Amino acid sequence: MAGRQAVKAYLDLLSQPCRAVLIFLKHNKIPHTVELVALRKGQHKTSEFSKLNPMQKVPVLDDNGFVLTESDAILKYLATTYNVPDHWYPKLSEKRARVDEYTAWHHVNTRMHAATVFLQEVIFPNMGQPTNPAKFKKALTDLDGTLDMLENMFLKRKPFLCGDDISLADLLAVCELMQPMCSGRDVLKDRPKLQSWRSRVQSALSDSFDEAHSVVYQIRQKFTAKL
Amino acid sequence: MAGRQAVKVYLDLLSQPCRALLIFLKHNKIPHTVELIALRKGQQKTPEFTKLNPMQKVPVLDDNGFVLTESDAILKYLATTYNVPDHWYPKLPEKRARVDEYTAWHHVNTRMHASTVFLQEVIFPMMGQPTNPAKFEKALADLNGTLDMLENMFLKRQPFLCGDEISLADLLAVCELMQPLCSGRDILKDRPKLLSWRSRVQSALSDSFDEAHSVVYQIREKFTAKL
Repeated sequence: MAGRQAVKAYLDLLSQPCRAVLIFLKHNKIPHTVELVALRKGQHKTSEFSKLNPMQKVPVLDDNGFVLTESDAILKYLATTYNVPDHWYPKLSEKRARVDEYTAWHHVNTRMHAATVFLQEVIFPNMGQPTNPAKFKKALTDLDGTLDMLENMFLKRKPFLCGDDISLADLLAVCELMQPMCSGRDVLKDRPKLQSWRSRVQSALSDSFDEAHSVVYQIRQKFTAKL
Repeated sequence: MAGRQAVKVYLDLLSQPCRALLIFLKHNKIPHTVELIALRKGQQKTPEFTKLNPMQKVPVLDDNGFVLTESDAILKYLATTYNVPDHWYPKLPEKRARVDEYTAWHHVNTRMHASTVFLQEVIFPMMGQPTNPAKFEKALADLNGTLDMLENMFLKRQPFLCGDEISLADLLAVCELMQPLCSGRDILKDRPKLLSWRSRVQSALSDSFDEAHSVVYQIREKFTAKL
């Protein structure tokens, strides 16, 4: 990999998958530059950004002209093209399949429900948009169901979601489950098994975890100060 | 792979990802047995099936004791552990990343919107459940947006979603886009570019495509006969 140029990542740290990408880059010391794209200012809708990513979403990776979207794909691409420890995205087919299984399930489970709770509780009120109490309650219930499955199935007999070591699955999941923290809501507070898992993940990620989540902690401070 | 035992798959051919899996197995002549799970009869909720897959969903793969869920993961596992042509899930990281990019995007785009149209138009009326006209209209609009993106982005300069040849992406997408056909609704009918793509995909898959979709054609006959 000698002479390989730094990758460029377009991120908004309020976005859960963006944090996962940044943590992965920093933790694995992958040379990179970050270009911040402020979603709340509509910077993902500029003609310049739309040219880069017509989906108008973050994160986006630009590896010296190879432009890639979707955090799953970005993380897997980085894990396979940089010399990172195998546990992130194991080469052994059966172990890799477990990570692919979680990252597929994640989209309409962990991500969907945790994001809806956050949008209803933090973003819509912040933007003066109408909230939907019924939708919010349903999202909390759905998220509860998701947490049950994380505890009772993925973590049934192992310390991390896909095995004995941290993987891309844990990284993506923890960033989603941190999001409701913006309103001071700890979705894991009555779940010791998941709290232990979160501690293990934070320990494994050390500084890069808190650095990436600083915007979440800031928003939480402002949000709870208002109450 | 000499001496490798057949895999077992648990499927309901009314399920789009199940069809994708069956087509892949047949087309690539991967030795397999099929156990049918009739979702409309609740067979995914029996204690026996729940023991196999606590998520109570199909498809499920059992490769001689290695049990895997999520069609993305199953297809990628089969593509990497059997000797299938490279184009299904290319080994080259940049090409593979494109397939991972699509399969990630697929969950809350193609799959979500095409399924909702189908559920609202075919399943809920069939089960005597209330339909939601507003939700149905929204799903049609969302699906339209998805089809725009498939045409203008994924298929912008290439004959298949991820490149010059068919891949797992096309297989998953085509099965989702066939689902609304159950009511006689051809969502691609005014879109020549996507119609051409679908033809190319069907040609590449030949017999296995129509065999897997026979239940869709049957339902379409019954549904349109009622009108």
